[in-house]
Amino acid sequence: MIRDITIGQYYPKDSVIHKLDPRTKLVGTLAYIISLFLFNNFLGYIVVTLFLVGVIKASQVPFRFIIKGLKAIIMLLMITVLFNLFLTKGTPLVEFWIFTITKEGLRISLFMAIRLIYLIIGSSMMTLTTTPNQLTDGLESLLGPLKKIKVPVHEIAMMMSIALRFIPILLEETDKIMKAQIARGADFESGNLVKKAKSLVPLLVPLFISAFRRANDLAMAMEARCYSGGEGRTKMKPLLYQVNDYRAYAIFVLYFAAIIAMEIVL
Amino acid sequence: MSIILDKVNYIYGSETAYELHALKDINLVIEDGQFIGIIGHTGSGKSTLIQHFNGLIKPTSGSIYYNGEDISDSDFNKKKLRSKVGLVFQYPEHQLFEVNVFEDVCFGPRNLGLSEKEAQLRAYEALKMVGFEEDLFYQSPFELSGGQKRRVAIAGVLAMKPDILILDEPTAGLDPKGRDEILEQIKTLHETTNMTVILVSHSMEDVAKYVDRLIVMNQGEVKYDDTPKEVFGHYLELEEMGLAAPQVTYIMNRLREKNIPVNVNVTTIEEAKEEILRVFKNR
Amino acid sequence: MGIIKSKNLVFEYIRRDEEGNVEAINRAVNEVNIEIKQGDFVAILGHNGSGKSTLAKHMNAILQPTEGDIWIDGKDTKDIDQLWEIRKTAGMVFQNPDNQIIGTVVEEDVGFGPENIGIPTPQIWERVEKGLKAVNMLSFRKHSPNKLSGGQKQRVAIAGIVAMQPKCIVLDEPTAMLDPNGRKEVIDTITRLNKEEGVTVILITHYMEEVIGADKVYVMDQGSVVMEGTPKEIFSRVDELKQYRLDVPQVTLLAEELKESGVSLSDGILTIDELVNEICQLY
Repeated sequence: MIRDITIGQYYPKDSVIHKLDPRTKLVGTLAYIISLFLFNNFLGYIVVTLFLVGVIKASQVPFRFIIKGLKAIIMLLMITVLFNLFLTKGTPLVEFWIFTITKEGLRISLFMAIRLIYLIIGSSMMTLTTTPNQLTDGLESLLGPLKKIKVPVHEIAMMMSIALRFIPILLEETDKIMKAQIARGADFESGNLVKKAKSLVPLLVPLFISAFRRANDLAMAMEARCYSGGEGRTKMKPLLYQVNDYRAYAIFVLYFAAIIAMEIVL
Repeated sequence: MSIILDKVNYIYGSETAYELHALKDINLVIEDGQFIGIIGHTGSGKSTLIQHFNGLIKPTSGSIYYNGEDISDSDFNKKKLRSKVGLVFQYPEHQLFEVNVFEDVCFGPRNLGLSEKEAQLRAYEALKMVGFEEDLFYQSPFELSGGQKRRVAIAGVLAMKPDILILDEPTAGLDPKGRDEILEQIKTLHETTNMTVILVSHSMEDVAKYVDRLIVMNQGEVKYDDTPKEVFGHYLELEEMGLAAPQVTYIMNRLREKNIPVNVNVTTIEEAKEEILRVFKNR
Repeated sequence: MGIIKSKNLVFEYIRRDEEGNVEAINRAVNEVNIEIKQGDFVAILGHNGSGKSTLAKHMNAILQPTEGDIWIDGKDTKDIDQLWEIRKTAGMVFQNPDNQIIGTVVEEDVGFGPENIGIPTPQIWERVEKGLKAVNMLSFRKHSPNKLSGGQKQRVAIAGIVAMQPKCIVLDEPTAMLDPNGRKEVIDTITRLNKEEGVTVILITHYMEEVIGADKVYVMDQGSVVMEGTPKEIFSRVDELKQYRLDVPQVTLLAEELKESGVSLSDGILTIDELVNEICQLY
């Protein structure tokens, strides 16, 4: 039941996008998200669409796989659309009972919907083409300057990658504990909210104890392997920009410029 | 109180890239009062199989009958089945959660909706049945030794008064003495209550010593289902499945190869000793 | 001096109540004197709670002695400046394969140790490749550790230690959570490392079959070393081992029982070959 959940849905391929430096992809995604809110005309949408389609094509990730990520935001999408549709004032288009749909409302809700969808597709392009490990490495490197103001960047990145490793293990363990308790007549499904919350105790106690135990073991194992924080550490896979990364940066700049130019000119 | 499996199939992750046919056309009858061993290497389907016995996993196809009733019928009482077919998982750490041992063992009977008095009575009985010392009843279950935790976990299931007790590797991680103690306790339990006991194990020596029927799982199929003696006669085939026979079986076969007229149909040390002494006497 | 030497080593766990007052003192290691020769395969046997794991943790300076001393390659573990040198000299593999793998990809995990000790990138790659080759896991280098079997995970953990190029590897019950095939994989791997690479191996276990090939065996009980000698010497003292909650391999036990019944076999028979040959000569 629980093993159906997939975390960090990396889609293994050997495309140009996959091979980009994680920092390039992080910066690019950020630039892309900002760009989505910079324009307000049809031409802008065309540019963004072209850009997005280009990236998807280059990544070789099947389109239906990307769409999957949208399912999670359907509710959010509906709410946004409905709010904008009914609550925007302007020239009335359709009127019934207490609801009024205006021309402006239609326009804004349509744009908002597209923006949200593009936002999700764009950022899932990053997670689909970058392993969680590369992502944490990229974050660690990009946030590196924060070390100067005493932000424990290395430690945060290390925590993130350990969490990524242990999430599947703990999910599997949750499954096992649930089964062991169901075998003792436990019921995790029926009853009201209070009863349900109470029924979680036999699940959570063993899970937490196990998680603490694992944390303890892991800390010991890391210490035994000479881990002492980021200081004096070398990297097996240091991040190095390749030619393609510079090309990608050039494309971002051009894309960004195009969006801004369009907004100013039109 | 029998369990019948009729053409049971189970497929994990059906229609995905990870599809795995874990059980293939399993037909089994679990009779009353037997002491059954199940062996098979990791991934042979034995864990999946035992979870079918108490309805934790629903077969992809095929039927399971408990006392003649189909357990997948919508009006079948699953909770009752789980109390009658007790399943103790490998790691006691996965089920111990209460503040003390006694409360933890009460968890099962309370879930059955029994009165507080009855639940406590059953917990007391169950802890006694597994030979748990009374002065440790109010200890935290987390501070016990591995062997004691194991006992509490078994008691937690026994307190539901099952007709069938299934134990998934109850000796994993225990030291030799702890292992012998638990197995002896289970044997006594089987003899005094005449409960059906199913023991999943990796140790050929253990199953040879204790069970009277041995089921061998390999790649989702029941490969052998016979007395341990008969099964271990196929020791070469067992090796091909990544299993083995008890060491004494090898010794007897090697002696036979050297033309010493021993009976190779021997699986325990006691039998091997008798057999070797016999041929020495008749020499 | 041997690679590991201890003198009157004592370790006490001190349990305190909420106000910080000493509630109980538990002496886990009691006056232990051992000396391990470079290049040896040494096994430390003992039941659960005998203090063997606590002793092992001193060999990697995870624990510091309460009294007495332990030297790793001549370095006193109480000397904080030598801490990293000691951990580079004596690598440690733990019981639970899941709880010691840090990387989400096999090769990255093996590279973790070398990264920590500041090895330049190109050499890390060389060491990772060599480490994975030494445990026969090179073809799994790009895999996720979560998809490996227990035995494979333990081999990855061993590769992670090998990549730090230690003089000695301490394995704290590396096989306790594995099935028989996984156990064999791990034991074969460390035996090969010992024989071919000359790495000193210290194996902590309670599986008697695993220590047959050792150069020297220590038996621990209640924190003290109670027996020491070659496997042959140790296993000929069956009754004494049983008293320490241990047992002997089936072959040894059978030989012992036959001896008691008047068959004149030699002491401490460890393998099937030895037993079969001796019986043949007598027959």
